[in-house]
Amino acid sequence: MSAFRKTGRGRVDASKVINFTFDGKSYQGVQGDTVASALLANGNHLMGRSFKYHRPRGVLGAGWEEPNALIAVDRGKGRVTPNVRATTQEIYEGLKAESQNRSPNLKFDMGAFNNAFSMFFPAGFYNKTFMWPKSFWDKVYEPFIRNMAGLGPAPDADDPDVYASVYGHCETLIIGAGPAGIAAALAAAKNGERIILVDENAQMGGSLLSTPSIEIDGKPAGKWLETSLKALAKAENVTLMTRTTATGYYHDNFVALAERITHHVPNAEIGKVREALHRIRAGKVILAQGGIERPLVFNGNDRPGVMLASAAQTYLGEYGVAVGNEVAVFTSHDSAYQAAFDVADANTRIAAIIDVRGTIRDDLIMGATERGIKVIKSAAITKTFGKLRVKACEVYEPESGNKTKLNCDAILMSGGWTPSLHLWSHSKGGIKWDADLAAYIPDAPNENAVCIGACNGDFGIAAALSAGHKAGGGRKTYKTNETDFGTGLVLSSLPSYLDSSKQKAFVDFQNDVTEKDIKLAVSEGFKSIEHVKRYTTNGMATDQGKTSNLNALEIASKAVGKPIEKVGLTTFRPPYTPTTFGTFTGYRDNELFDPTRKTPIDPWAEANGAAFEPVGHWRRAWYFPKEGEDMHAAVARECKATRDSLGIFDASTLGKIEVVGPDAAKFMNLMYTNPWSKLPVLGCRYGLMCREDGYIYDDGVVGRMAEDRFHVTTTTGGAPRVYRHMEDYLQTEFPELDVWLTSTTEQWAVIAINGPNARKLIEPFVEGIDLSADSFPHMTLREGKICGVPTRLFRVSFTGELGFEINVPAHYGRMVWETLFEEGQKYDICPYGTETMHVLRAEKGFIIVGQDTDGTVTAHDAGMSWAVSKKKRDFVGKRSLARPDLVAEGRKQLIGLLTEDSKEVLEEGAQIVEDPNQPIPMDMLGHVTSSYWSESLGRSIAMAVVRDGFNRMGETLNIPMPDKVIKAKVVKPVFYDPKGERLNVV
Amino acid sequence: MFEIHCPYCNEKRPEIEFAYAGEAHYVRPTAKEQSEMSDEDWSRYMFIRDNKRGEHAERWWHNAGCNMFFNAIRNTVTDKFVMTYKMGLPPRTDKQIDAARRTDAKEKASS
Repeated sequence: MSAFRKTGRGRVDASKVINFTFDGKSYQGVQGDTVASALLANGNHLMGRSFKYHRPRGVLGAGWEEPNALIAVDRGKGRVTPNVRATTQEIYEGLKAESQNRSPNLKFDMGAFNNAFSMFFPAGFYNKTFMWPKSFWDKVYEPFIRNMAGLGPAPDADDPDVYASVYGHCETLIIGAGPAGIAAALAAAKNGERIILVDENAQMGGSLLSTPSIEIDGKPAGKWLETSLKALAKAENVTLMTRTTATGYYHDNFVALAERITHHVPNAEIGKVREALHRIRAGKVILAQGGIERPLVFNGNDRPGVMLASAAQTYLGEYGVAVGNEVAVFTSHDSAYQAAFDVADANTRIAAIIDVRGTIRDDLIMGATERGIKVIKSAAITKTFGKLRVKACEVYEPESGNKTKLNCDAILMSGGWTPSLHLWSHSKGGIKWDADLAAYIPDAPNENAVCIGACNGDFGIAAALSAGHKAGGGRKTYKTNETDFGTGLVLSSLPSYLDSSKQKAFVDFQNDVTEKDIKLAVSEGFKSIEHVKRYTTNGMATDQGKTSNLNALEIASKAVGKPIEKVGLTTFRPPYTPTTFGTFTGYRDNELFDPTRKTPIDPWAEANGAAFEPVGHWRRAWYFPKEGEDMHAAVARECKATRDSLGIFDASTLGKIEVVGPDAAKFMNLMYTNPWSKLPVLGCRYGLMCREDGYIYDDGVVGRMAEDRFHVTTTTGGAPRVYRHMEDYLQTEFPELDVWLTSTTEQWAVIAINGPNARKLIEPFVEGIDLSADSFPHMTLREGKICGVPTRLFRVSFTGELGFEINVPAHYGRMVWETLFEEGQKYDICPYGTETMHVLRAEKGFIIVGQDTDGTVTAHDAGMSWAVSKKKRDFVGKRSLARPDLVAEGRKQLIGLLTEDSKEVLEEGAQIVEDPNQPIPMDMLGHVTSSYWSESLGRSIAMAVVRDGFNRMGETLNIPMPDKVIKAKVVKPVFYDPKGERLNVV
Repeated sequence: MFEIHCPYCNEKRPEIEFAYAGEAHYVRPTAKEQSEMSDEDWSRYMFIRDNKRGEHAERWWHNAGCNMFFNAIRNTVTDKFVMTYKMGLPPRTDKQIDAARRTDAKEKASS
């Protein structure tokens, strides 16, 4: 049995010894211990180094509020969890825990030099330092800041564990299974509705776990707890969840619960669920989150061994661990006396109770006297001594001026209690200042929710139990034998003879914010608490200010000279405690994170060595490299093969919308700039779509299947937004039109066949369609069969070659593709990808919406005025196209560029200027939108938007690059076969 | 995450089924009106929105549900939906909004 374990105390099973390591050193704990309680049982308080100054730190608390004792739990490659609270990590056989933020080790930390130079790290030091010289950023400042930033080690491998995701519903969700939450569940369980009771700890019971001397209605608290939990476990309508944190409270009683399933299990298998995120929609939410004790802000209050009084009570009552041999208690609140008495009753010497207050309740004085504890009234601790552990403190009595050195190996402090308003605040519930408690408490709710017990400002076990029962719909009043929870005095600064600038009195332990920092921030002009928070970073660490917010507020309000309720509280935001990415991600990782859409022909492309690129959510074959080919070589070969003979391309990703109904043509007239009424059945037309603002929104070929039916194609990435755009107008602006819209993108596989031999290839497979040039001209479509399956066969071309787009029901896509590919061997058929498609279309000057246009380009700017009907009375975008800005001269217009050096391929996005010798910033005329090597032309080609481009034909413009200036001539953006003769090869 | 009452499905559905679609009751001028509108008036129709603090009439789309667009009154301060109503119905009057608020409160109280 270790030195500080108290036999017969606590709820741990002292007969079950568990071995674990901390920083490589072996320790023994017992079943039920946390890392913190086990280390304390071994007399080890030093558990971490602070963030900024690398000061040695011990545990401050015993639960989820812990700011100091952060550890990394190492379970092997990819399974290292950083920033775990030692106070909440249960030990298990073989647990490997490591301290953080130190180098080379916890006892000797090189980073502690920051502490010696702490005058250089005041509030806002990030904003004040690292300002100049500019050249220092990359090499000096950034690496320095990166090295300092963050606490634990970032994972360096994929996490192999499984995380689950669950939806749940209940009439009543109770958060926190202390006395209030359990009593609420007992009462609510009676009406038979679904109840979920959650608690973040391994055991339910809250404060009852560490107060064995309490009797509830004459029964020992432990017995009451056991009976109550048994009854709840038996009730079929009650779900009990331990090790589950309610991390966020969202609209309409939607609460996120993070359940840790294997954090306490030795050798948890890979493949078993480690954590689960439960998304609960509750009819009513009962918040019983309890309260958190506040530290006192005094010089040296962060020395290992200084901790919250309630924490010492928990270590003793729940884990049977004494936090020291000789303990000083420093308080401004009555509740610390009970903690001191519990500690004393377990045979630990209390050096003294130092109380800031001059008047103390008689029963407390009596309790102290009975136990032989000295109480020093109207006094404060002004210094602590010891390096890696407190060994003494200085007690200062301002009235007499006396200073006494008091030996102690732990200091328990209590500055009163803060109700936990975190989730209440997430739910946008109102809060109000309670002057007696010196804390914010809940005000009007915003959701169907109620706060009970300590988080409502009702401290004490009897009060919590009764409030809980009432919230659950019951009426029981509970009686206990507890001493009155009492009151306290909240002080923004404690008596001290030391100048405040000489003190290291910590407010936010995790972010190393001192009282001095907050005062400095206020004196530098940050008067709003939100600004003070951001400037000092108080409350912004992973503990979200659980122990520091109220103290910071007190100090700031005094410095600003405004009452605290006028200063306001900073906003609490989810998550309540740090939550792993795994929990948020759930099953949606890797291929399920952002699912990839694949065409029916995609497996063929993969089997045939395609390189892929993402386009929207699709993955598309980019190019098909042969052995030894890079992209450039592959694309050059694919382009040549297509123009010389035959290319085959998977165009299945094209968006498709079926527009059907008696008013289909009317609707098309309104949605597209082109006219549709006169398009004959089985005719095709290039359609250009604007939004109401007149800019190009999408484009695609549209075929008229029948008087009342259009087969509309959209860009690959644009399909969802075009569909929405159409639905919106149809439902809300043109509801009188009798039209239906159906997205058919995934119903059709589309195979584009291009090249002089296109017709020859498909002829043998087509039934019911006369393919001859005369009867099936360019820009028409036919219905029939190909390879024995139904097809909508379009004669269209995005390459300038003779082309067909074969639409077949999606599941026939691969069969038709493979059949044609096999037959195509006769013509050296070449499968090509999106890159070749882009080059071939650019040679023809066809635009890609979103590449050559950017949401500020009109049809006229793109040189496509021909696609805008002059006769239609109305279409979406028509009125905007008449706005003065859109008809003005000199807008940026789409033109072609030919570089002087034909081998030079411009960079897409490169800026274009008239005079490259102008001082920077130069007058920029526009930018390159598309640029490729054209194998067919044996030179580079480019498209660009250039100010007043149409009037610059023949001009030479400059494209400045980091190492040179490239000259290029403005030309029309049709580089290949400008007369379009190749469409008509026979 | 909100629960939003779809007036076409006539039930409350989770927010992930919906998409916000801008401020409501901006009626697109007819072709004739457009041709007679000044550039300033057209710009106002196109680009200027109230962005009201408080009860705001707005459009939502039940895109992962029945696919219908509808209107809603939502308080932009409290983030509470006061009511939803079908597309094409005129803007809600203060009286109608008040009544909806009272019904909602009653339902909550009785639940």
